[in-house]
Amino acid sequence: MLSVQENFPVEFSDALLAKFAEVVSRYPAGKQKSALLPILHLVQAEYGWLSTDAMDKVAAFLQIKPIEVYEVATFYTMYFLRPQGKYALEVCRTGPCCLVGAERIMKHIEDRLGVREGEVTADGLFSWRGVECLAACGYGPVLQIGPEYTFYENLTEESVDQLIDTLRNKAKEA
Amino acid sequence: MGRKLLLEHINEPGINTFAVYRQKGGYRAVEKALKTMSPDDVVEEVKKSGLRGRGGAGFPTGLKWSFLAKPEGVPRYLVCNADESEPGTFKDRYLMTHIPHALIEGMIVSSYALGAHTSYIYVRGEMMPQIRILEQAIAEAKAAGLLGDNILGTGYNLEIYVQPGGGAYICGEETALLESLEGKRGNPRIKPPFPAIAGLYGCPTVVNNVESIAATVPIINDGGEEYAKIGIERSTGTKLISASGNINKPGVYEIELGVSVEEFIYSDEYCGGITNGKSLKALVAGGSSVPILPANLITKTAAGNSRLMTYESLAEGGFQSGTMLGSGGFIVYDEDQCIVRNTWNFARFYHHESCGQCSPCREGTGWMEKVLHKIEHGHGTMDDIDLLWDIQRKIEGNTICPLGDAAAWPVAAAIRHFRDEFEWHVLNPQESQQRNYGLAHYADPLEPVVQ
Ligand SMILES: Cc1cc2nc3c(=O)[nH]c(=O)nc-3n(C[C@H](O)[C@H](O)[C@H](O)COP(=O)(O)O)c2cc1C
Ligand code: SF4
Ligand code: FES
Repeated sequence: MLSVQENFPVEFSDALLAKFAEVVSRYPAGKQKSALLPILHLVQAEYGWLSTDAMDKVAAFLQIKPIEVYEVATFYTMYFLRPQGKYALEVCRTGPCCLVGAERIMKHIEDRLGVREGEVTADGLFSWRGVECLAACGYGPVLQIGPEYTFYENLTEESVDQLIDTLRNKAKEA
Repeated sequence: MGRKLLLEHINEPGINTFAVYRQKGGYRAVEKALKTMSPDDVVEEVKKSGLRGRGGAGFPTGLKWSFLAKPEGVPRYLVCNADESEPGTFKDRYLMTHIPHALIEGMIVSSYALGAHTSYIYVRGEMMPQIRILEQAIAEAKAAGLLGDNILGTGYNLEIYVQPGGGAYICGEETALLESLEGKRGNPRIKPPFPAIAGLYGCPTVVNNVESIAATVPIINDGGEEYAKIGIERSTGTKLISASGNINKPGVYEIELGVSVEEFIYSDEYCGGITNGKSLKALVAGGSSVPILPANLITKTAAGNSRLMTYESLAEGGFQSGTMLGSGGFIVYDEDQCIVRNTWNFARFYHHESCGQCSPCREGTGWMEKVLHKIEHGHGTMDDIDLLWDIQRKIEGNTICPLGDAAAWPVAAAIRHFRDEFEWHVLNPQESQQRNYGLAHYADPLEPVVQ
């Protein structure tokens, strides 16, 4: 998964480095490795995914080995190791949501975007995937969109269409 | 109407803000505990309350606190488990979203009781909005002198930090959570040592669920004995239940432990009955990890007693005919749902979430997923059903952490109670692709099947 093609050189801004330092200050001296997960979220929010170079630089910042970053980035499902769509739709696919139509919603998203799970649309705007229970089972079907992880609940085919249109327009304006 | 202790003011506009929360009597427990009680008094009150851990295992909170080692010169930690990933469970998210100060107040009281000066709230990473809400609540409490140095002039210091996870169900297991909080993969630790002796950074640590910690607030305000008056037997107090599936009013409800399951499903105060007037087929009472029960066994026990929402009543009959209260993830299945498909879905979940450290769990969950996929898609044989039974038995009890059991139990219960549905899939491979099995002999209102 960590191939050279997936690399992308980054240079962390001073603002981002200041955020890293604030995170590190939450832990006792010498326990800065605790900052790894929060810092990877900050990096992903900035670039949309974690390139090898970004991970190496996080390792250098935290004074840990690169492998300690890779093993964490590959273990947790929220970290993307390759570029995603600008809007990565993550639909809950677990039991309780399936009782109220999650599988139908995923099929609809697939048809609507015209890409399979994990792929990115040609315009680079969208990707989608199924994820496990998002602790919103009473409001299913649900999906979330990072990096703010906004929730969209009680989804219907119509509300999904609307959401996709809204995001498309938002991208045009930006 | 049952008494509400955690959600009493949930409909108050602005209750998510410090000002309104305080005006409604919030942070009284902090004042009372820090100014008039010793840390041991607080632990004693929690013991008297009979509060049992709301994260799933139901271990008495006061007792857990009393195990905390207190070596001289070594920091102690309180870590709040807000990883909430058990399918069917969404109460902690609800509490943190709508009444975040209830958790912060509980954190202060509990940290004081344990002698912790730094505490962490480990929130699953997907709950970024809730992380922001908690950080805001912490800042407000700090500005009011309820956090930081010399709280309320009592000389007690406390900092609370919010830690995001990375998306991994296993990090709800307390030792995996601690590994994750240390910046590592979420591989559960071999116990002993228990966190009470060697937890975060090797220091004595208590890990408690969001709801357990929030419950210490009414316990300190009204006294442990008052809290223990609510409920039945060793199921004291109130419990948040996350209700989902085919019901008219899904959502989070605070119940007095002891409400009957039937009332909880059908009364308008709670779930409001099954959607579209359909029949109840099956129910998972405490999150995906607990045994699924058919309708007749969930409303009445095999012995014919009305089944109540308590730790004891739900467990009556053991795994032969009972289940568990677990985390309170109450998932309701109507007559149109397919048990085989649901079991496959859950097996896939556990396979996906297995950390991979132990072979029975890593390999067994994968096998179960594959075999169930085969049966669900019309390619199963009768031997496959026995194979499933065999695999789940070989996982249970043979792993480092309870995720293995959590993966095995739902499969075992599905075969135990719904074997005819599995056999129907095998015998009718084509038909099973067109329609669901529907209700069978176990359906309401037939008599319980006693094995
Ligand atoms: C696989 C697994 C997942 C768990 N997930 C959670 C969880 O999301 N939230 C939680 O509070 N406890 C969870 N637990 C239980 C915790 O290990 C621990 O018992 C609990 O946080 C203790 O808090 P309590 O005593 O207040 O319930 C999980 C346990 C296992 C084995
Ligand atoms: S039982 Fe499963 S999740 Fe738990 S430690 Fe073993 S492999 Fe990991
Ligand atoms: S099953 Fe979808 S949010 Fe829980």
